[in-house]
Amino acid sequence: MINFDYIRMQSVKSTVKALAKFTDAKMIAGGSNLIDLMKRNVTAPTKLIDINLLPLKYIEQSKEGLRIGALALNSQAADHEIVKNKFPLLAMAINAGASPQLRNMASFGGNMMQRTRCTYFYDTSMPCNKREPNSGCGALNGINRMHAIFGANDNCIAVNPSDMNVALIALDAQVVLLNAKKERKMAFADFHKLAEDTPNLDNHLQSNEMIVEILIPENNFSKNSYYVKVRDRNSYAFALVSVAAGLELEGKTIKNARLAMGGVAHKPWRLYDAENYLQGKEINTETFKEAAKIAMKGAKGYGHNDFKLDLAPASILEALMKAAHLS
Amino acid sequence: MENLLNLIPDDTDRTDGILKVTGGATYSAEYKIEGLTYGVLVQSTIAKGKITVLETKKAEGAPGVIKVLSHLNLNNSVPRYAKDDNVTIDRNIQKVFYNDQVYFAGQPIALVIADTYERAVYAASLIKANYQEEKHHTYLEKNLENSISPEGKDYLRNEKDAYKNSEVYLEAEYHQLNNIHNPMELGSITANWESDEKLTVYDKTQGVFGSQKHYAGLYGMDSKNVRVIAPFVGGAFGMALHTWPYQDAAVIGAKITKLPLKLMLTRMQMFTMVGYRPETKQFIGIGASKDGVLNGITHNAWGVTSTYDNFTEGTVGGTQFMYKCPNVNTQYKLVKLDVSNPIWMRGPGEATGMFALECAMDELAFKLNMDPIAFRLKNYATVHPVNNLPWSSKFLDECYELGAKKIGWYNRNPKPKSMTEDGMLVGYGMASGVFNAGRGAATARVILDENGKLTIQSAITDIGPGTGVMMKSVAMDSFKMDAIQIIVELGDTNLPPAPTQGGSNTTSSVGSAVYDACTALKEKMVEVYNQSFGEQKVYDDFKFNKEGFNIKGKSFSYVDLLKKAGLKELEVTRESRSGTERQKYVFNSFSVHFTKVHVHPLTGMVKVKEVVCALDAGKIISEKQARSQMIGGVVGGIGMALTEEGVYDHRYGVYTNNNFADYHVPVHADIPPIDVLFVNKPDPYINPIGAKGLGEVSIIGLAPSIANAIFHATGKRVRDLPITLDKIAIWRD
Repeated sequence: MINFDYIRMQSVKSTVKALAKFTDAKMIAGGSNLIDLMKRNVTAPTKLIDINLLPLKYIEQSKEGLRIGALALNSQAADHEIVKNKFPLLAMAINAGASPQLRNMASFGGNMMQRTRCTYFYDTSMPCNKREPNSGCGALNGINRMHAIFGANDNCIAVNPSDMNVALIALDAQVVLLNAKKERKMAFADFHKLAEDTPNLDNHLQSNEMIVEILIPENNFSKNSYYVKVRDRNSYAFALVSVAAGLELEGKTIKNARLAMGGVAHKPWRLYDAENYLQGKEINTETFKEAAKIAMKGAKGYGHNDFKLDLAPASILEALMKAAHLS
Repeated sequence: MENLLNLIPDDTDRTDGILKVTGGATYSAEYKIEGLTYGVLVQSTIAKGKITVLETKKAEGAPGVIKVLSHLNLNNSVPRYAKDDNVTIDRNIQKVFYNDQVYFAGQPIALVIADTYERAVYAASLIKANYQEEKHHTYLEKNLENSISPEGKDYLRNEKDAYKNSEVYLEAEYHQLNNIHNPMELGSITANWESDEKLTVYDKTQGVFGSQKHYAGLYGMDSKNVRVIAPFVGGAFGMALHTWPYQDAAVIGAKITKLPLKLMLTRMQMFTMVGYRPETKQFIGIGASKDGVLNGITHNAWGVTSTYDNFTEGTVGGTQFMYKCPNVNTQYKLVKLDVSNPIWMRGPGEATGMFALECAMDELAFKLNMDPIAFRLKNYATVHPVNNLPWSSKFLDECYELGAKKIGWYNRNPKPKSMTEDGMLVGYGMASGVFNAGRGAATARVILDENGKLTIQSAITDIGPGTGVMMKSVAMDSFKMDAIQIIVELGDTNLPPAPTQGGSNTTSSVGSAVYDACTALKEKMVEVYNQSFGEQKVYDDFKFNKEGFNIKGKSFSYVDLLKKAGLKELEVTRESRSGTERQKYVFNSFSVHFTKVHVHPLTGMVKVKEVVCALDAGKIISEKQARSQMIGGVVGGIGMALTEEGVYDHRYGVYTNNNFADYHVPVHADIPPIDVLFVNKPDPYINPIGAKGLGEVSIIGLAPSIANAIFHATGKRVRDLPITLDKIAIWRD
């Protein structure tokens, strides 16, 4: 760990100003991932901008939906009455992640920004295009049990490790970003990116920008939502595969479906084709199996993670069955 | 004379419990010494080769740095290192910074000593090494042909591979990856040279005398000039059975700088610096008649060791005597790889070997269409099949019945994949465990003071099981005292000698020493009484109670006795050891583990729902501590069975999961309710207190019981630990 300046910010305005000025600065909120990265010399910002005093801890209902400040804590949201009642999928996903101690520290913005847990990324003696562009991908022919089956290429097969992100992409969330000059809004689904030719970049946030808010529009999925997380131990383990499922039902007919996966791609992975297939169908095992099959189109294993090609559809089926209260 | 065999199990709390949970316990990295310096180790990043350049200048110039130590400047400053050209001393401890050779990835190659920990960490990051790499080998499966036989001779009883001639037989391969030592307390040491000739070490160790001998040996010193102190050890499980290079680095660094030095490993460093349960491949061939009489067992094992030591454990030993079987042959081989040295881990050898044997027994029982318990009882050994001696005591059969009853074994439908509950597949499994019940020489001192308080002393360390409570319980029973009247002192070379804590020996050894010392103290009281009052009473006239004793209706307090005799205190030291009984009997502790699992029918995720352990460990001295120790073993066993594996990237020979996020020790959510049942019958021959020890059998057999339960739940037999859901592949029917 090398020396760095530590600046504590009092306002959003002063924060974006500082971001415009210091291009290699990093913001710190809960620090539950950043500190690990600094300790292991994966990242070495010369300036650490503490944003914990900024007034972005709110969770409130608005006309457009639920507004969540970027500094709202994961545990705060998971315990929030509105979240529990109207967006239980988000609460379930958050509670499936990390440990209570980490959820008490981790913010929404920080969770969105957490980096992959690929072990080659963390070990500075190993090749990794994400950490050090053009050094190669250690995982490609290495230990890749945790790695991507969708949208990867030989540059990088790392996955986004978040559970929260999977629920947010399923719930059509939007993100509000701000720099010193302007605010912009984008679909949560467009925030994270695939590795492509720039695996060093996880998302589209510019270095002079900060996340200020997450917006979740109203929906009718609260009665039929489920989050499945399949992992190697029953808590405090990253997903091998996770699935967020939300169904809007009219009797036994699916009016609307939302389906997303975690632990399978460089970004939270929305299953649009499967959603479209489900729309208008009756809830039953066969329909769900077919949706899972459609969801798996284009999936590719890299050796150790080949089992995900079987585990993922099984997990989708489980999530849909549970969301539909069929099991 | 009353016998401690009548000892009533006592629910005494731990002597160190409150201190441990309130931060009052001082561990080896927590001693505050004036002028303390901080050591941080730099490690090799290649698995095999030669260090060609070690760039230390930047680090030496960094703020606060006092010294950078490496093979470049160690020279001949350590007499024991200079004595010979071996890379190890005391048989298996690698000399630190001895030469430019790298034997495994993660080997310590330099020590930075600085005035603060942070500055040492920073300076360590500035050290760069260049290597001349050589081809390394870390893959067991690909190096089997290079194996050696450490014990020279294979074991053979009657006919070799006789299982093949049986009516029903099974051949199967079993495998497990490295289980890394990860106790809560990291490897740590504080070394303080009070003068050039006098060293005090606050050490993470399971045996203070082993450490003392080693450190004294480094400099050819008299052992009495080295004091090793370890009153609290935050778990060890075998990792601290001998010293490691990091400890040498601290002792040598402190000697060279003439400053006290503290060195604590990081969690990542633990993966290559304090040993592990080695990866082992096993073959079992086992055969029986149609009605379930065993005919032959073949058990071959290949364990991993380093290139610089033949680390050996008793992997196949249990198979030789666990069951009555006319033909048994075993073979144990080592595969020397470019990895750090393994060390014993809880249930060493047997935990690995019993995984194979007890899974194979389950598999063969299934083939025979027999209940797994009935099959085991049919082949129950009452005479030790290897040396034809009787057991001192063996109540394994009672363990089977106790456990089976508790978990509802006989209510299970034995057909695989036949039971469900809450939408989950349900499985019940069981397996047995065995471990040597030893007894080493140990000495205890008991001191009665003028206030009627009793102090018990022994150099034994307490690595977690509650040894202090055990010592107290023995004394409480001997004197019929309350816990509050007794003080325990342990973990210091200045105290009376005791063996290293390990191998389920402590209660049997030290407990007996305390018992003998207490008896001797009572005899001495009789003597003092007779002298003081001019009487001729005999021992049997004395009835001891918590305040003192009663002689034919007259009461005397301990306080009064000492006052009358004009004594400040009364002290007795006694050594206690085994005798000729060891030639007449075989001594073993036995356990049976029963587990109930849920397996998700779609994803294959496993949840252990219930564990019942029944065990024969002789007399249970402190039931609460014994129960806790069993629970600890079960937790470790769940890790071994389901989650723990040190994963190498063999291209580089490095671990890819050397941290607590990626190396999965079980968490609370993985642990079900655990029932512990004791047969609790004293062993009549092992020692005066009848206790056999249970630290090791707590884990032995747990992993196969889970593997067997998963088979029962799913019909899928996984012979490779840990049993992760991709190996179950529940979706593959």
